[in-house]
Amino acid sequence: MISIKNVTKSFGTVKVLHDINLEIPQSQVFALIGPSGAGKSTLIRTINALEDIQAGEILVDGTSVHEKKTDINKLRADIGFVFQSFNLYPHLTALENVTVAPINVKGIGKKEAEEKGKELLASLGLGEKFASYPGQLSGGQQQRVAIARALAMDPKVMLFDEPTSALDPEMVKEVLDAIRKLAGTGMTMAVVTHEMGFAKEICNQIVFMAEGRIVEVAPPAEFFSNPKTDRAQDFLGKVLNH
Amino acid sequence: MGYQMEWGVIADNLPLFWEGLLITLKISAMALIFSLPIGIVAGLCRISRNRILSFIATAYVELIRGIPLLVLLLWIFFVLGRFLRIDSFWAAVLGLAIFSGAFVAEIIRAGIQSVPRGQMEAARSSGMSYVQAMRLVILPQAFRKVLPPLASQFIILIKDSSLASVISVVDLSLVGNNLVATTFRVLEIWTFIAAVYFCITFSLSQIVRYLERKYRVHE
Ligand SMILES: Nc1ncnc2c1ncn2[C@@H]1O[C@H](COP(=O)(O)OP(=O)(O)OP(=O)(O)O)[C@@H](O)[C@H]1O
Ligand SMILES: [Mg+2]
Repeated sequence: MISIKNVTKSFGTVKVLHDINLEIPQSQVFALIGPSGAGKSTLIRTINALEDIQAGEILVDGTSVHEKKTDINKLRADIGFVFQSFNLYPHLTALENVTVAPINVKGIGKKEAEEKGKELLASLGLGEKFASYPGQLSGGQQQRVAIARALAMDPKVMLFDEPTSALDPEMVKEVLDAIRKLAGTGMTMAVVTHEMGFAKEICNQIVFMAEGRIVEVAPPAEFFSNPKTDRAQDFLGKVLNH
Repeated sequence: MGYQMEWGVIADNLPLFWEGLLITLKISAMALIFSLPIGIVAGLCRISRNRILSFIATAYVELIRGIPLLVLLLWIFFVLGRFLRIDSFWAAVLGLAIFSGAFVAEIIRAGIQSVPRGQMEAARSSGMSYVQAMRLVILPQAFRKVLPPLASQFIILIKDSSLASVISVVDLSLVGNNLVATTFRVLEIWTFIAAVYFCITFSLSQIVRYLERKYRVHE
């Protein structure tokens, strides 16, 4: 579903992704983990062309993301993206946040979009919050609205960049539960996360990155009990002893 | 014996003041209406990635801000006006709109840039084009932030419109000038005119305050 082939990315003269190769099959959930500055955010942002690349190719459902001929808006409509800082539209209600893209990008009727939006929000435990503005919601609620906003486009894949890192501890669970539920529906997902327990529990593969390279890719059981590289052992030693 | 206030001069000439006030309002309103699209386009061009557009917009803003309005009005009336065959009223509207547009452009640019980058990223991520993201996400937020500075700009515009009298537009201030020349009631006339300007600009700030409250971003 997502194919990343020999991708290289630089900011100016600084290379932050070195020859990345990764294949995420349909309905699989991949966790991207690694130390700060490893390039996790940069990598996940190249998948929907929020960042350009200098070499290589990324395919999403067979379409080359960075190809000039690609209709990037059409492709992005199929890729849900959830940000660490939610990035909800503060001037729109929760429901309007969810319906604005379906109405304007997909051309869906307002009534139909609202029905679907309400259903989505309700399924994420936000049945009472249709008319609330983002500023009136807790962090956890905002992030669930952001998830609903992404899902409203019926995406083929979902990308998450540290969806719980900006949340107070007591709100982490409600957002992780929403993502867990989504994994159960067979959604193809890539999740940058520092939540090791969550990665272990729901992800098919752990992708461990460091210094702009993918160092190790392994199923969680294997990765957490028996990391092959020193780099991964060192990293796990640090994050698991907390 | 000091200066004796004689307010009769105001009452006697109310129809004249009224005519002048209408011209002032018309010029200001027209200039305001034209300076908004000029300012929005120039503001968007300034932040555009297209170098030529952003250069032209920057040149416009810097040039206009560096020229006194008086000179701009005279140029437009005596030079452009001759070619375009426009009368002094439209020369004043054009001059004020071009002048004010440069300031509006800066206000719009700052307003757009004050919207966090993540908003554009979120909008584009959901498949919106740049134009859609601007229209649906960025500009509505920028609009709320630019209301107060825009209001100040328009208040300045209304007061600046009095300079139109130099190209012999018979606005409120020229009516005042003419009456002073014939009646010598300097203080009464200019105090009255100041009060009228104040009433216009104060009502404008009240309207803006209302809009601000109505379109408040819920944070
Ligand atoms: N816009 C940018 N301009 C220049 N350098 C950048 C930019 N964004 C990221 N970088 C650099 O790229 C490298 C990878 O950053 P990235 O944000 O992808 O790391 P990360 O793995 O997501 O880290 P974290 O866990 O802290 O979020 C870092 O060295 C960072 O400083
Ligand atoms: Mg990151």
